[in-house]
Amino acid sequence: MPDMSEQRPSRLEPPRIQRRSFLSLAALSSFFGAVSVALAGVLRLPKPAVLPGPVRRFKIGFPDQFAVGSEARFEQETFFVFRDAQGIYAISGVCTHLGCSVARSAQGFACPCHGSRFGATGSIVGGPAPRGLPWLEVGRAADGQLVVYADNEVAAGTRFRV
Amino acid sequence: MAEPSQAAATREFVENLRHLPRTVKDAWFRLGRVPESEREESQATFHNLFLHIHSVRIHVRSLAPALTLGLGLIATASFVLLCITGVLLMVYYKPSTALAYDSIKDLHYVVFTGRFIRNLHRWSAHVMVIAVFLHMARVFYTASYKRPREFNWLVGLGLLVLTLGLSFTGYLLPYDQLAYWATMIGSNIANSPRELTDAIGITKWFDPGGFQRRLLLGANYVGEDALIRFYVLHVFVLPVLLVTLLSVHFWRIRKDGGLAKPEDAPGGAAEWGGTMKRVFEPLATKTYGLMALVKGRRPPVNRGPENTVMSWPHLFWAELAVFMASTALCLILSFYLDAPLKELANPAVPENPAKAPWYFLGLQELVSYSAFMGGLLIPLITWIGLAMIPFLDRRGGGEGVWFGTPGERRMAWQSLLFGLAAAVGLLALTVNFGWLRSWFPKIHQLWIIAINPGSILVLLYAGWSLGVLRRRNSVRLAAVALFTCFLAGFTVLTYFATVHRGPNWQFYWWPSHWPVH
Repeated sequence: MPDMSEQRPSRLEPPRIQRRSFLSLAALSSFFGAVSVALAGVLRLPKPAVLPGPVRRFKIGFPDQFAVGSEARFEQETFFVFRDAQGIYAISGVCTHLGCSVARSAQGFACPCHGSRFGATGSIVGGPAPRGLPWLEVGRAADGQLVVYADNEVAAGTRFRV
Repeated sequence: MAEPSQAAATREFVENLRHLPRTVKDAWFRLGRVPESEREESQATFHNLFLHIHSVRIHVRSLAPALTLGLGLIATASFVLLCITGVLLMVYYKPSTALAYDSIKDLHYVVFTGRFIRNLHRWSAHVMVIAVFLHMARVFYTASYKRPREFNWLVGLGLLVLTLGLSFTGYLLPYDQLAYWATMIGSNIANSPRELTDAIGITKWFDPGGFQRRLLLGANYVGEDALIRFYVLHVFVLPVLLVTLLSVHFWRIRKDGGLAKPEDAPGGAAEWGGTMKRVFEPLATKTYGLMALVKGRRPPVNRGPENTVMSWPHLFWAELAVFMASTALCLILSFYLDAPLKELANPAVPENPAKAPWYFLGLQELVSYSAFMGGLLIPLITWIGLAMIPFLDRRGGGEGVWFGTPGERRMAWQSLLFGLAAAVGLLALTVNFGWLRSWFPKIHQLWIIAINPGSILVLLYAGWSLGVLRRRNSVRLAAVALFTCFLAGFTVLTYFATVHRGPNWQFYWWPSHWPVH
């Protein structure tokens, strides 16, 4: 009778996998598979599928309320509205660094939290902010009032002609 | 055998009823008196669920106050205080943006002892953070992270993160101005990988920053969803994780052979309060097992006598003393100093300056140069550096002794000076001459992200440490140099941002110089 223990495993003749060990492996992997799927589900839950909060779209008044060369600050809505010869434009008042509300300064805008400074068009002048203040989309509602879409950024220099 | 009569059973019942107080007391306090023999003392330890995490005997060196300064215990004690006071605060606190602030005011002005409990919660939190930092420094400078304690060092670093996470999530809950704006800044630091993804233009496809921020806030702004998330993290998720890790931490101390200590000199027994007994006979010849726990012969292993004493009462007295001292400290602080409460959160007007709690202010100083590097990368690099220490410094020696290998103390002093000088010099430079954008207004954002005074500081410290490694030919000395430098840098940045930063994050020599507005 040949001694099976003498048979050495080789690459060409790998040892046979026992049915029992195959089944245990399958059972274990199905267990860990189920656990990881469950874990992924648990971790997926806190990622908000819908972002709550009101639509940030504000009626700011009729165009004739904004004289050419004037500006207005909307504090609660955190943006500034300007009118020059080419039209009306809105610049966000939320600092691009860490979200503080900027104030007007001689130069343009200044952030109180970490000293970011922006030029008159919102471009970055100094401090840690990674980019300039975003320009916001301006439009007109059906009743003729101007609307600022505070969630929609537009390219700097985009003005709404009235 | 005759059946006992009914009358006998009744008598027995009445008899048992009569002895009820005594038998219940015996069941409760099994011994019923202070242990007298060493056998009873050992049983007092290992028959009690709460005490048996300690070994029955403890090395006299572990009891020396100068070795540990009781810092781990102080942190634990303050955590216990935090749990108790936290549950009391939960009785009145309402996690909603409309009610949170009012409920804190109620706690402060109306609820009986409410103000005191809230103060206690706040002061215990400060004590815990300080104790955790100092505990880490203690473990480092006594080389107690070395094999086999590497794993417990990692667990400790996990506990450090959880401690800071608990502090940060607790900061929002009062929903006052400070809370609101600190959370706004904190969540935008989580958002700051966007600086990098924006700069290379891939945010549309890959936005880890926005993901982190939304995960934290549950919305795009700090409001109801953020408050409830912070609340759940603060009162459930993080404490449960912390207790779990803390259990592992304690258990590992035991499994790693108690506190780190140098080998006992053969033959000699250390003194312990004049009552030191040489407990185990050297060169014993027989008996294994529990007998070794108490006076008698020990299994013959190749070591000298062990300088151990019974945990009961020596260790428990010491622990109780530390617990009472920490509690007393927190009580005194809470009695005299009220926890602050600013005005109700107002999203339109930022607090100026909006400062995080003191232990985050060092980071806030770095964040004021660039958020991603200062707020995320540098803390991450520091944390990973700390985590790697026991795996890079693997040569034994000096465990359980302050500055245990030759030249360590000197190296610590030199590195402290270098670390302080580098940090102060760099801050003086930025205060007087500005930073990159003041010199090169058109500079690309990637440079702003990469070259933060913090990253310069990290490079300086790493260079100093590598120099020590080459000059002194010792990994441990290089580790001491690096750790000391980071400690110095952390201290300088924290102090600087606490005292010298005012409105608009500008430099002032003193808060009384802040402009009035």
